[in-house]
Amino acid sequence: MDTPPDSTIAISTSGLTKIYGDRAALSDATFTVPAGTICGFVGPNGSGKTTTIRMLLGLISPTSGSAYVLGEKISQPENYLPRVGAMIEGPAFYPALSGAENLKVLANLGGFPISRVTELLEKVGLGERGQSKYKTYSLGMKQRLGIAAALLPNPDLLILDEPTNGLDPSGIHEVRELIRSLARSGTTVFVSSHLLSELEMICESLVMLREGKVIFTGLTQELLKAQTPLIVAIPEYAVDLAKLVGIVTAAGFTSKVVAERLEISAPVDWSATLNRLAFEAGITLSAISKVLPSLEDTFFEMTGDAQ
Amino acid sequence: MINVVIAELRKLRRPTLLLSTLLTVGLLSGLFTSLVFLRVGAKGGNGKRGEAITAAELSHATGFLYGFKLVGTFLGLVALCVFASQTAQEYTYGTLRNLLVRQPARMKVLAGKFISMKIFAAAMVIFAGTITISLSYALAGHAKVSTSLWSSGAAMHLLAQATLNIFIQTLSFGLFGMILGLLFRSPISAIAVGVIWTLILETILGAVISSTSKWLPGANFSNIGEGGSLLVSYKHSLAVTLCYLLLGSLIVSVLFKRRDVAN
Repeated sequence: MDTPPDSTIAISTSGLTKIYGDRAALSDATFTVPAGTICGFVGPNGSGKTTTIRMLLGLISPTSGSAYVLGEKISQPENYLPRVGAMIEGPAFYPALSGAENLKVLANLGGFPISRVTELLEKVGLGERGQSKYKTYSLGMKQRLGIAAALLPNPDLLILDEPTNGLDPSGIHEVRELIRSLARSGTTVFVSSHLLSELEMICESLVMLREGKVIFTGLTQELLKAQTPLIVAIPEYAVDLAKLVGIVTAAGFTSKVVAERLEISAPVDWSATLNRLAFEAGITLSAISKVLPSLEDTFFEMTGDAQ
Repeated sequence: MINVVIAELRKLRRPTLLLSTLLTVGLLSGLFTSLVFLRVGAKGGNGKRGEAITAAELSHATGFLYGFKLVGTFLGLVALCVFASQTAQEYTYGTLRNLLVRQPARMKVLAGKFISMKIFAAAMVIFAGTITISLSYALAGHAKVSTSLWSSGAAMHLLAQATLNIFIQTLSFGLFGMILGLLFRSPISAIAVGVIWTLILETILGAVISSTSKWLPGANFSNIGEGGSLLVSYKHSLAVTLCYLLLGSLIVSVLFKRRDVAN
């Protein structure tokens, strides 16, 4: 990939690799992030998400491969970083400075107007605590300050690494809404999280990593379609579970017992047949329902991780 | 570059750092100047390493500079600690990544840091000079020292020379601290190594093999502050200091530019 991508692509990588000693933190990663969308970056801890983000921000150099951010090569970060906001691996600020002073340091450094500081503190709900020292902040407040710092350049591309860590449910909701509103105004958001359900709700596209390798890149909906819906059947008496498994197996489907219910990988319209076969076998079902696959289920299915 | 300097000054002017540094410098300046003037004629001496400075010597044009010169080495140690911690803390706090995202030109960040700390060091030297000279005037009467020559043209020339030398000395120690900060990436390690080297190892080495003093960094930094000595000339110390600091700066600049920011 020697030619820069067109303006519809915010991030593109080709064979991006980072090797530390004999360990590949990232191996041959190739993916694109469409401009103006919210793209989720998912993977278990240690899968290479932060390494990728650091390479995209010019903080670490790749061992091999190439990448473009906002049409510029990552080897020349000064060409694109003034248009990028980022929060990497949680917030990091000077404990003895106030939240406002911390933001002013970064505003000075980037040449952004100091007036943005007050505006951003208000935006992330820290207006009243802006003059308090950073070391007195709760984890949620630190996270909000990190998001405010990322918004300083009024970015075309916002890269957020686990932005909802430490936030309470209302904080998570606010961040989600903030990300959505930024995307509506044309900002591309590349957000990593281990909260897969969180990303499923807000991301139009996804990049999934496992052990340093990209295992999925594409639209969230495509991923959801890749998973067969499940039928969940709960017999009135738990002792009937084994008999129910026999019925499902005889019909050529697979199933697994989870707690006192049976999860069956079969077409949803087979539910009626199952109900009839169970009745004929003397089993009363207290519930039978269709379960739509969550992104998390799909993820674990693909990565092979036990939940 | 100016943006980096302003950003760095914002960090350096925080009350916890600025006030504690000024307090330390003020106390040391007051202590050394008081000892020089209040112990005139005392048995154990009133100068460096028990040297006896008489009232007649203090009445010379250089009289008001004894306290200032005595506190010089300690200003250097304060600068070593401040420069080392200000540099290494970027790694321990993880703030370096923020700095480099907002200013990707790494050499600009490094140069901006050095310039801002230079300003900080200059303020420290001027503050120490003000305290020591004011106190010298205040205590001159008590020590029966005449101040008539202290305001002469020659005295002003000597003041400018001493201020410049102490500034170079302070900056040399500070840059030494900055180099250690970049090498060790931990304020505690950098300060410990810097202080132990300067105060303990160099003293032991100098005592055991006296010829080493001519080539040790800390001894040469201090010698610049004193304007040279009978054993080691000012020019020699300046050249040795320049060699050490240029080499150190070159090594850490290459490391800083090329090293991955992975914390």
